[in-house]
Amino acid sequence: MVPITSLPGPRPGLGAGSAGLRAPELSEPALSVEGLTVRLPGREVLRDVSFSVAPGELTGLIGSNGAGKTTLLRAVLGLQGLAAGRVAAKRPIGYVPQKVLLDPDLPVRARDLVGLGLEGTRLGLPWPSRARRARVDELLGSVEASSLAEARVGTLSGGEQQKILIAHALARRPKLLLLDEPLANLDLKATQEVVALLSRIAKTHGVAVLLSTHDINPLLAVMDRVVYLAGGRAASGTTDEVVQTDVLSALYGHHVCVVRLHGRVLVSTTDEHGEQGCDVAADAWEGAGPTTVRAVVPAPGDEGSSS
Amino acid sequence: MFSGFMVNTWLGGSVMAAVAGLVGFFVVLRGSTFAAHAIPQGAFAGAAGAALIGVNTLVGTGTFALLGVAAIALWSRHGRNDVVTALVLVSLLGVGSLFLSLSTEYAQQAFSLLFGSPLAVSSSELVPTAALGAFCVALLAALYRPLLLGSVAPELAITGPVPPARAELGFLLAVGVATTLALPVVGALLVFSLMIGPPAAARQLAGRPSLAMGLSAALALVTAWVAIAASYETNWPVGFFVGTFSAVWYVAGRAWAAWSRRARASVGPRARQKLALGRAS
Repeated sequence: MVPITSLPGPRPGLGAGSAGLRAPELSEPALSVEGLTVRLPGREVLRDVSFSVAPGELTGLIGSNGAGKTTLLRAVLGLQGLAAGRVAAKRPIGYVPQKVLLDPDLPVRARDLVGLGLEGTRLGLPWPSRARRARVDELLGSVEASSLAEARVGTLSGGEQQKILIAHALARRPKLLLLDEPLANLDLKATQEVVALLSRIAKTHGVAVLLSTHDINPLLAVMDRVVYLAGGRAASGTTDEVVQTDVLSALYGHHVCVVRLHGRVLVSTTDEHGEQGCDVAADAWEGAGPTTVRAVVPAPGDEGSSS
Repeated sequence: MFSGFMVNTWLGGSVMAAVAGLVGFFVVLRGSTFAAHAIPQGAFAGAAGAALIGVNTLVGTGTFALLGVAAIALWSRHGRNDVVTALVLVSLLGVGSLFLSLSTEYAQQAFSLLFGSPLAVSSSELVPTAALGAFCVALLAALYRPLLLGSVAPELAITGPVPPARAELGFLLAVGVATTLALPVVGALLVFSLMIGPPAAARQLAGRPSLAMGLSAALALVTAWVAIAASYETNWPVGFFVGTFSAVWYVAGRAWAAWSRRARASVGPRARQKLALGRAS
């Protein structure tokens, strides 16, 4: 069983990739979070969260709204004060924020936005050069968006904008790439494209990718590791290790069911029925058929956990 | 029209228009039109106060513009930006009305401060005008990239060396300087039309930031020149022409953008490909 980091007792297997069978050996983690606790006025958002992300790995940060995903990413970026714990991240860090709203009239082409990733925070005017242009072209190519270079970013579709923002974040050759809900508001096809792209970027560029999402399913096929947040606590490991009824029940602090069907995962709450409740959930799910599954995931009751 | 005291107006007017066009690019990009409205109203109080105690208008305008900028920048960190901006606007405007009422030349003074005057730039003001203009352009050049990135998405700029709050302060300072330059000529009520109309039209016409910014300055210059000339000929206020032309630019820009979109959509394989892409995603 994977340890839930805030439970008392020793924490075996949470070091750099030691719990993950596929983690590259001997490679130093690009991100290591130990005993992270974050308090915002009036509440504890994260409690004793520990995990690490190795280069070339894609890690999903899973949790419902309010589980602390954005707070965790902000802590990694150094924008959030820590009440306790330690965050060690290799720099530079690439970052794709949540919900970037781009006005269609915005006089900024995809090429300009990617160029701003190269040195967008520096003072002074940018000087065009052949090398700079070639690098922007290369970045656009690496996210399969070369044909969008001259288009205004605000006129692109959600999936296309996400690709451009990823190219922007990759500009400074980050060791660690953080993405906050990059799959929100994307349709199925765009979701698949962005997930495949991120998986490829992790493998070919050797970047450690950490992306937050409330729906684990689009990531199941490509995710090397999962950090599951609930009630401010986290469980981490490979998907098979973490997404288990006993692990997630311990994390949530009450019984939850993990049902796998048609290559998808459903996490749902039960009342006191225990294992029998899980069977009921599975039956209900089977009855509903795979077409409605997306509406069922993520788990209801995430927020009401008794943490 | 081009002789004697009018030369000062042409020169001063050109500087203020170019600066207003450049600053305006970021005003529209950042959605800060309300601040660009409030700072001139605050500066109006300074101009009225300067007239009352007999110091140069530029000094009074500049002081109160800075006061407005500082108040908005400071209080916005603790409260809602639009509410803070509105409160700065009304409190300074109130002070302005008091200053005006204490002045003996109430009507004449108020009219030219609110609606502008083509004879507002004196020879002694040309050097400070040029210096302030150069400062403003340098400030915008220095902050160009952080401001642009922060305008596209503030979250993208948070990890940079210039924190968004500091970039915002620099931006408001540029608005304050542009206000100080333009207020005597265009008038407090209509200063911000130069910072809105030309850049709003420019972003319809130009798709890349540097081009849109340059076009904005060019349109603002043309607006100011036409307005000064028309005001000189008709004796109508400069502000009237500036306000009208700014709106005309915007409508023309929208019309051009709509027309060019339709023209692109009706011809060319690239347009069809783009449409297909749009449907697919």
